[in-house]
Amino acid sequence: MSKNVRIQIAKRAEKEIQDGFYVNLGIGMPTMVANYISENKNIFLQSENGLLGIGPYPTEGEVDPDLINAGKETVTAIPGASYFSNAESFAMIRGGHIDLAILGGMEVAENGDLANWMIPGKMIKGMGGAMDLVHGAKKVVVIMEHVNKAGQPKILKKCSLPLTGQSVVNRIITDRAVIDVTGNGLELIEVVEGYTIEDIQNSTEPQLIISDKVLSKQN
Amino acid sequence: MKKLYTSFEEAVVEIKDGMTIMVGGFGLVGIPENLIKAVREKNVKDLTVISNNCGVDDWGLGLLLSNKQIKKMIASYVGENKEFERQVLSGELEVQLVPQGSLAEKIRAGGAGIPAFYTPAGVGTPIAEGRETRVFNGKEYLLEEAFKADVSLVRAWKADKLGNLVYRKTAQNFNPMMAAAGKVTIAEVEEIVEVGELDPDEIHTPSIYVQGLIVGKQEKRIERLTVQA
Repeated sequence: MSKNVRIQIAKRAEKEIQDGFYVNLGIGMPTMVANYISENKNIFLQSENGLLGIGPYPTEGEVDPDLINAGKETVTAIPGASYFSNAESFAMIRGGHIDLAILGGMEVAENGDLANWMIPGKMIKGMGGAMDLVHGAKKVVVIMEHVNKAGQPKILKKCSLPLTGQSVVNRIITDRAVIDVTGNGLELIEVVEGYTIEDIQNSTEPQLIISDKVLSKQN
Repeated sequence: MKKLYTSFEEAVVEIKDGMTIMVGGFGLVGIPENLIKAVREKNVKDLTVISNNCGVDDWGLGLLLSNKQIKKMIASYVGENKEFERQVLSGELEVQLVPQGSLAEKIRAGGAGIPAFYTPAGVGTPIAEGRETRVFNGKEYLLEEAFKADVSLVRAWKADKLGNLVYRKTAQNFNPMMAAAGKVTIAEVEEIVEVGELDPDEIHTPSIYVQGLIVGKQEKRIERLTVQA
């Protein structure tokens, strides 16, 4: 995925974050979302390893080897931050206190199943905190490319890869579209400029419900 | 007063072949560096190790791995280590992957006298295959049993001579739960102060959980140095 595409997705994902939110950003592209958070929003980023209130990356003089994020990168803490154990951290997560989790995805199914932790036949590195996060956060947003390297859909009727969680995804943000998981199926709510509704449907396995918002924009 | 060790060799005297040990830390942050090195020196074998990660190739638990002392690793993420992959693929090392929150809670439960609990994490995934689940209020949960250890090795910032512990920043991570879940808990600390010098309001791990203490000089290696551009 090109850097520009990653930035585009990260900027769109930032719009999911409301002022006052407590947010957990997954490792990789989701971490990039932090770079684009509007200065008008006061939010707290949670890190599974025991920090609520992640700050920017440190300057060289500020580096503290005892202060890292869940991706093991050196970070800082903002005023008002707190430190705690992993048990406390996941009590926060499982207990439904995190407003939003933004995670990466390999596959998402039309019922909201998510696969993002293992590929059979490859070395399994572990699920980290993803299986806990998908059940605990009030809203789970998956950000990923719309299709895989072979051009095949990653949004499927049923995931082919082992699951991270069942019926856990609320919204999918890709380089081509924004799609909500609803009780009636997948609803296309935004189409990225340069794509048509037809393009999105052709690169998505399940039948999409087209939101009125999208239809009015296209007409 | 708790046992104040002056040599790391002596501090790991309780660790024997075949034991289950818990080792604090997240990545390389908050690991009991010198206690791990002493376990390697002691050359005990067939260990079951419970820790969130397994170090890197030449540091942390990677030192026990390269010396082939670990029979089974229980962790949530093990991606940072080439030797780990080699031993798993060759069948030399058994691995049990546990969702990070379940791992933390299994250890917490072990120290708190709770034999098992239900959690939503893992339901419908490969880790739940063949395991007991139960529905509460229409939602399915997976039964997770508690973990205990023969010996827990933890790292703290400050201790008093009674074994009260204070952690620093994100070096706290799994250390408090592991301190409680070990039949014997040895804490490697940066500084030991006199009893009464720690503010009781600020103690993270009360002394009741700690059996032995030793002061260690920390290298505090950084796994991913990330600075502002």
